[in-house]
Amino acid sequence: MSGQTVPADFSGHMLDLDEDEDLEVFSKNTSLADGSPMPNSPSSMVNQYRLEEDEEEQQDANAKDIFVTVDNPESHVTAIETFIMYRVLTKTTRSEFDSSEYEVRRRYQDFLWLRSRLEENHPTLIVHPLPEKFVMKGMVERFNDDFIETRRRALHRFLNKISEHPILSCSQHFRVFLTAQELTSHKKQGPGFLSRMGETVRAVANSVRGLRSRPEEFTTMQEYVEDFSNKVCSVDKVTQRIIKEQREYLDEMRQYGPTYTQWAGSEEELAEPLKGVAGCVERCSKETEEQIHHLSEVLVPALHEYVLCAETLKAVMRRRDNIQAEFEAKNEALASRKVDQEALQEEVDALADRVELANNALKGDWSRWQSSMRTDLRSAFISTAEKNVEYYEKCLAVWESFLLSQRAEPSEQRDGEERLIPVMVGHHTSRHCDPNDQTYECLHNLHVHGQKFPLDSSSCCSSCCSSETLPLLWMENRMVAPSLMIVR
Amino acid sequence: MMADSGSSEEVAVIGNTDLTSTESENNIINTMVEKGTSLLRKMEINVAEAEKRTGKNTVNMQETYTVYLIETRPAETVPEGGTPAAPDTLWRRYSEFELLRTYLLVTYPYIIIPPLPEKRAEFVWHKLSADNLDPDFVERRRVGLENFLLRVASHSVLSNDEIFYRFLTEEKGWREMVLETGFQDKADSRLKSLSAMFRVKNPDKRFTALKHYSDELNTVISQLLRVRARVADRMYGVYKVHGNYGRVFSEWSAIEKEMGDGLQSAGHHMDTYAASIDDILEEEEHYADQLKEYLFYTDAVRSVCRKHELIQYELEMAAQDLAHKKQQKEELATGTVRVFSLKGMTSKLFGQESQEQRESRLAALEQSIQEGEEAVKEKNTECQEFVRTAWEDIERFKEQKDKDLREALISYAIMQISMCKKGIQVWSNAKECFNKIQKERTTDPRRRALSRASKAPWRRHWSDPTRKNAPAHRHTRPPDPPETSKPVNCPV
Repeated sequence: MSGQTVPADFSGHMLDLDEDEDLEVFSKNTSLADGSPMPNSPSSMVNQYRLEEDEEEQQDANAKDIFVTVDNPESHVTAIETFIMYRVLTKTTRSEFDSSEYEVRRRYQDFLWLRSRLEENHPTLIVHPLPEKFVMKGMVERFNDDFIETRRRALHRFLNKISEHPILSCSQHFRVFLTAQELTSHKKQGPGFLSRMGETVRAVANSVRGLRSRPEEFTTMQEYVEDFSNKVCSVDKVTQRIIKEQREYLDEMRQYGPTYTQWAGSEEELAEPLKGVAGCVERCSKETEEQIHHLSEVLVPALHEYVLCAETLKAVMRRRDNIQAEFEAKNEALASRKVDQEALQEEVDALADRVELANNALKGDWSRWQSSMRTDLRSAFISTAEKNVEYYEKCLAVWESFLLSQRAEPSEQRDGEERLIPVMVGHHTSRHCDPNDQTYECLHNLHVHGQKFPLDSSSCCSSCCSSETLPLLWMENRMVAPSLMIVR
Repeated sequence: MMADSGSSEEVAVIGNTDLTSTESENNIINTMVEKGTSLLRKMEINVAEAEKRTGKNTVNMQETYTVYLIETRPAETVPEGGTPAAPDTLWRRYSEFELLRTYLLVTYPYIIIPPLPEKRAEFVWHKLSADNLDPDFVERRRVGLENFLLRVASHSVLSNDEIFYRFLTEEKGWREMVLETGFQDKADSRLKSLSAMFRVKNPDKRFTALKHYSDELNTVISQLLRVRARVADRMYGVYKVHGNYGRVFSEWSAIEKEMGDGLQSAGHHMDTYAASIDDILEEEEHYADQLKEYLFYTDAVRSVCRKHELIQYELEMAAQDLAHKKQQKEELATGTVRVFSLKGMTSKLFGQESQEQRESRLAALEQSIQEGEEAVKEKNTECQEFVRTAWEDIERFKEQKDKDLREALISYAIMQISMCKKGIQVWSNAKECFNKIQKERTTDPRRRALSRASKAPWRRHWSDPTRKNAPAHRHTRPPDPPETSKPVNCPV
């Protein structure tokens, strides 16, 4: 994969660049520090949770000189239709922009326009996908708040992905999109509907004809794209299923609390612990709800994006194949016909160049895309794992505090031998208890470390329990019956 | 109204029942033993094993059933380095336990008899089978049976029962012995009385309140068990679906170079996570069993209340009967007919009866009244005794219930904590694996070439002469890279 040399003319062909200045911009922007991961774009949802880390990485990595945000969705009502307009804010130091700040309003159609122009001009570059037009599943109402917010985030990511792309971010269409107050005039320029139709027809014709020989690396790429598409779709499905199961679990859990509370109503001594358990269950339900929310907000959109990316990749591969097919067709014609060879030769040469450029563009963009994919999905997975850890930590704390509350009562005790020793709530650690070995496990922050303390130790794990936090009592190692033994 | 096991020389040997024990805090014995009955001081009781047997049943058909091994052993402390004595053992099947319990119910109607574990699995969530021969069910039942025996053995009254003792010690002939006590007749009449409809005029408020409480407890625990089963089902689903991550990540790792290791190992942790639910839910079954025990206890409480009602009713009937007779006597004595009677009518119609007839009737009535008074006195004593002994047991039961259920709630909390800890572990591990993605150095030669050739300018050492200027911050453009290599893409 020739990531190493970028012939200047190649860039000239591929970009709608007018001045050399843009070339500079392009080449400088892309030289990222080697070895460091792709900077997490500030736009990705995930990174909003990890901003501090980003700062550091950003220092090292590419000096970003354009920042785009999409926000402030507003409903726009006209006589014919109702649609949402989003505010697109740009801050940049790039010289091809007249000013350093821009604010425009765009609707979804405008994004579609931008993307199709980018794809047209760079058929074998990987242009980040847009959120879908509408969601079939669940019949989400178009102007439902959640839907709008989800779409806004996706649009924000889209623009940021474009602005990070070394070639695409220099596109004049991109610039126009970010800066022009009125897009409609710009939309009319460029290859018309008919020429686009013509291209499609040619593409179909070529695909019917079939390729002579696809270079091996692209075949490998194609296979990868197929597999990747399958895997990402599977992960997406699994995640959706998990959310569904979690929701059902949450629904059932929500009945626990009221039942314990109801029981507490007919008890005297037991009322307090029962209410305690009810409280714990309710708090855990809340945490579960949050965890589900996080899953939907972070992992699902990330996976979904790459499901769409997979489709984009397939389209890119198809387009590349078409370019090659077109060349092959003309080349064959050249070989067979005797008439007007010179003119045809020129055409064939041009097409051959086009093939080479297309291939190089794709090769160049390919590894960039892969790296970007890894970064994004890694972030999303890490965030999910972190959230799950947090979820369990919070639930742990809830139940621990319940345990402490149960031991904090100086209640009726056997022979008044209750001992007050500052220590961790624990439980017996062995199944077939040796009466002489009474060790307790430090429960607090056990995921960090678990230490054992002998029964009469008066010191405790000082690193994880500060004396100001809780009054702690020994949890006596009492068993109700061998059969009711708590097994650890 | 003590047990029919009256013959108590042998029972007396077992000793007095000392309710308070001075248990050393460092002894790990169950709280029932702490309360200490002499039976338990004398012997250890275990239900050690379960086995399948086949045999002919009462209708001469082959059936498979499970028998349980009861071990008893003298509870002496074992000398240093010595081995504990071999236990005495015998086998019992569930129906024999049932027989024992019915006997106890009939013989000690004022005692809240501990319940047996359920005959058939109820409140199951889908993964648990409702099959009686399923090994998990059998195991839990074994534990429940042991619990039952220990509860009986630790009861100050029940532990002295001869039949119970023989149940633990004599395999053959026990059944005949029980039947010989003739408790079956009482059992039948008890059943009848329990289902009879009658109204007590002056119900004892305490018993009424207890019955209400028992009903409430029954309702709420049933509901709790139902919810728990549904929650367990759902939790099972959540955890198991994560197993799919394991599978997909593994497949995915095969097509990735840099991501491969991270994905694969993360996938393993997902498998671990999915598998962990089995243990978690199995532990929760213990909690459910503890709740079930008290669910079944409510039936026992209810039947004590019912028995009291019956006795009360019988007392009221006897008193009523006596009052009626007294009234008759009075009428006969004074000659006034306040109450309609056939005799009265006929004597009105056909003339007064003779003096002799009257006197004999009076005498008969006197006799009857005396008997009636005896009966009332007896019933009264019975009632009072019942109330006294029952209430004693009820207080004991309340304390036991509060303590046990509190422990159960605590152990539930501990289970939740354990579950959370496992979750923290798994997801922390998974996070580490995800972290490895991208940070890995690969052996991709292209990448190494790239990294050599295209050092970004600000990576060069400050003394490097080709370094033009340092990149200050993100808003300035980085200086030109050297001519030879202009990487288009970011390092892989």
